[in-house]
Amino acid sequence: SVQAHKEEKSQKSMEMNGLTMAPDSYDYDLIVIGGGSGGLAAAKEAAKYEKKVMVLDFVKPTPQGSSWGLGGTCVNVGCIPKKLMHQAALLGQALQDSRKFGWQFTEEVKHNWMTMTESVQNYIGSLNWGYRVALRDNKVTYENAYGEFVGPHTIKATNKKGVEKLYTAERFLIATGERPRYLGIPGDKEYCISSDDLFSLPYCPGKTLVVGASYVALECAGFLAGLGLDVTVMVRSILLRGFDQDMANKIGEYMKEHGVHFIREFVPVKVEQVEEGTPGRLKVTAKSTTGNQIIEGEYNTVLLAIGRDPCTRKIGLDKVGVHINEKTGKIPVNDEEQTNVPYVYAVGDILQDKLELTPVAIQAGRLLVRRLYAGATTKCDYVNVPTTVFTPLEYGACGYSEEAAVEKFGEENIEVYHSHFWPLEWTVPSRDNNKCYAKIICNIQDNERVIGFHVLGPNAGEVTQGFAAAIKCGMTKEQLDSTIGIHPVCAEV
Amino acid sequence: GTSWGVGGTCVNVGCIPKKLMHQAALLGTALKDAQHYGWNITQPIHHTWSVMAQGVQNYVKSLNWGHRVQLQDKKVKYFNVKGSFSDPHTVRGLTKAGKETIVTADSIVIATGGRPKYPTHIAGALEHGITSDDLFWLKESPGKTLLYCVYMELFFSISLTGASPDVSLECAGFLTGIGLDTTVMMRSTPLRGFDQAQMASLVTEHMESYGTKFLKRCFPTKVEKLESNRLEVTWKNTDLGTEETDSFDTVMWAVGRAPDTKTLNLETVGVKTNSETGKIIVDASEATSVPHIYAIGDITEGRPELTPTAIAAGKLLAHRLFGQSSELMDYDNVPTTVFTPLEYGCVGLSEEAAVQCHGSDNIEVFHAYYKPLEFTVAERDATQCYMKMVCLRERGQRILGLHFIGPNAGEVIQGFALGIKCGATYPQLMKTVGIHPTCAEEVTKLHITKRSGLDATVTGC
Repeated sequence: SVQAHKEEKSQKSMEMNGLTMAPDSYDYDLIVIGGGSGGLAAAKEAAKYEKKVMVLDFVKPTPQGSSWGLGGTCVNVGCIPKKLMHQAALLGQALQDSRKFGWQFTEEVKHNWMTMTESVQNYIGSLNWGYRVALRDNKVTYENAYGEFVGPHTIKATNKKGVEKLYTAERFLIATGERPRYLGIPGDKEYCISSDDLFSLPYCPGKTLVVGASYVALECAGFLAGLGLDVTVMVRSILLRGFDQDMANKIGEYMKEHGVHFIREFVPVKVEQVEEGTPGRLKVTAKSTTGNQIIEGEYNTVLLAIGRDPCTRKIGLDKVGVHINEKTGKIPVNDEEQTNVPYVYAVGDILQDKLELTPVAIQAGRLLVRRLYAGATTKCDYVNVPTTVFTPLEYGACGYSEEAAVEKFGEENIEVYHSHFWPLEWTVPSRDNNKCYAKIICNIQDNERVIGFHVLGPNAGEVTQGFAAAIKCGMTKEQLDSTIGIHPVCAEV
Repeated sequence: GTSWGVGGTCVNVGCIPKKLMHQAALLGTALKDAQHYGWNITQPIHHTWSVMAQGVQNYVKSLNWGHRVQLQDKKVKYFNVKGSFSDPHTVRGLTKAGKETIVTADSIVIATGGRPKYPTHIAGALEHGITSDDLFWLKESPGKTLLYCVYMELFFSISLTGASPDVSLECAGFLTGIGLDTTVMMRSTPLRGFDQAQMASLVTEHMESYGTKFLKRCFPTKVEKLESNRLEVTWKNTDLGTEETDSFDTVMWAVGRAPDTKTLNLETVGVKTNSETGKIIVDASEATSVPHIYAIGDITEGRPELTPTAIAAGKLLAHRLFGQSSELMDYDNVPTTVFTPLEYGCVGLSEEAAVQCHGSDNIEVFHAYYKPLEFTVAERDATQCYMKMVCLRERGQRILGLHFIGPNAGEVIQGFALGIKCGATYPQLMKTVGIHPTCAEEVTKLHITKRSGLDATVTGC
């Protein structure tokens, strides 16, 4: 049984650490390290079962000095501000469309970065506050302190002022998330910013170079261009690694046609300051990945978006024996989010081989807690998790990419149905009529079951969500064909 | 005197121009939102009807053209004539000029659709009022407009045959959105206790705060033209028992649509119609009482009045007649959307219908009030943003119906309609991970039941 297995593991671990401790003497039932999507969801859930829970959340300021409140990446420097700024950019496009629909106003419309950023930050502030209240209402103890293991069942919490406190708990949940990676070249930490800084930047970034081709890079480049800024994206090799490449290229094409410059197959080697200021002027030197060519460019801002690294190397995991992948820093867990140390669990972006998404972290955290304290057995279902990339032309997906499907099932066993479409709302303002695109990938051998869904177009997230539910129900092509479309909407395609 | 090209109601005087004008209105709101998001738009902002109308009308004409080209490409012979039956296998067509064409056929499909009704018992209705057939083709702004409907049809028919677009609310919605003084007068309001009333009142509440005026439980008695060319409408207020008047630039009737069958000569060939509605009675294979004569679309009795169902039914019919298929049209769980300023999308049964079918003890209704992220910075009111899911309590908790009020309702509902076609259950929906941040993800997080009486407002991530 699972219980017996756990006891056996627990026994082994305690022997390994040469310590035995009576369960009743712990300060807390559960200490959560990291107050982000996963951590907070788990903490609130545990409190529901009357467990004594503590959440430790601490943000180490960025090299530029940015910091933020409770809530983690999603709320402060991720999904939320990203979508709001994306919305600001979409509204810029809407302004242009509206003229064709009969709206009249001054020809020249400019965007004010500060107005937008202040509104966004105010909203985030309200969320930070909301979380603090929610924790308090749920009787979860919260400390704005940096947590790290110092021994079995024991952590040290250090606050902003350097005051240290020790706490013990029966169980721990690591949900420390990730932080943006730097290039490791001269000038990167001194002069470059990351997504951690962008959403609270107290001045307009101006002419921007975005380094990277992740969804973070493309989403940021996308909305900055939409707000009227001169944006260049420097890509080392391919766009959106891990995503369906057919779709990734279409996204890139669209961005290029709408004013974003791309420098392909180059990496920066040096960033120097030409002039101080808010923003200042920076000179970037870059080298080709395919030859010896060197190029230079001048920008007001350089935004690094080359990846994120888990916050697992400085939280004392070695002191309790929790294994991490030395190369990536990620924590391997079993299908119950348990690390190799039986009383230490982990959720969210730090998990090895799992998706880095807020809803996944929340789901995993909640289900874990229900299994621990409410006798539940349901495990987090990581299969067919839908996502959306909020680039100027949004991309929603669920299931296999075309490449992954071909690899897994063989090209002859899959059928790809696809179509371009022209959103009705784009007709009157004469916007591109061959850019929006949808495709589904079906498994011929399994009744033409839909194993992949991809859509490129407005409101891709809203469109994709329902299809994800249908895929979860095992939808086949026949069922899809027999479902009537709502007219006229994009999703009916 | 308005007329239009090939394509039918949807293309010319229905879904297409309606959604485009709805979009124009939404863009007006976007302009207001944009200022909160940092866009400096100097006042005044105003809307010019003729620019919008021309854009819309040009697009519709391109669709007319597109249809003609397609028919030609597929070698379908197209006659621009008014057809009627001479005998069961013969159709007589008359051109505008009166020239006659006779065609015979093995099989005949009637798809003549419907036209707006006029309340001819109201003095001046025909002479001075317009309908949706005219609205989308007006060259000049309709100005201060009164729309009259008997009741909100949508919300009554929704449980049975799926929703029909609510003409009066959708038109009133976009007219308000582009800045016109708009009033909706309705003779009766939804009965208390009907679930449709909940969704209907959320939609109309939003419209009221949006600026549309409502005159409930009133009906016009006469419409007269004034010297200024404005229209003076006199109506009876049944609540107060008084008679009131006001003047408008335009009066639009939205009192229902009637099937266009009178001039077809159906009695001569024996095609039976419903004596009350005038619609053609068909069986599950779209056949009328005369075996080789079929009917599809708005004109058929007991079917939803929707473009996609007509299209699907037509295609399946052709497959059965000529393609060796036996697949019948499935009219169950047809998703629809009403494109009011705050859109309402739905699929499956209404709460009312579910209670009627299964009993209130056997169903569970999960619901939530949510706030679209984009409303936050824009400081928009999300009071009426709401969703509910009706499930069976047993048998795996199968989902019977899903209702969503909010932006992009059609986009949200479409995928879930597929899920419902696959027999989706509540547990399966809960296992589906949400896409963040969207409105649609709230569907996968529904967990408060109406039965519990708990506050259904969504709180934070």
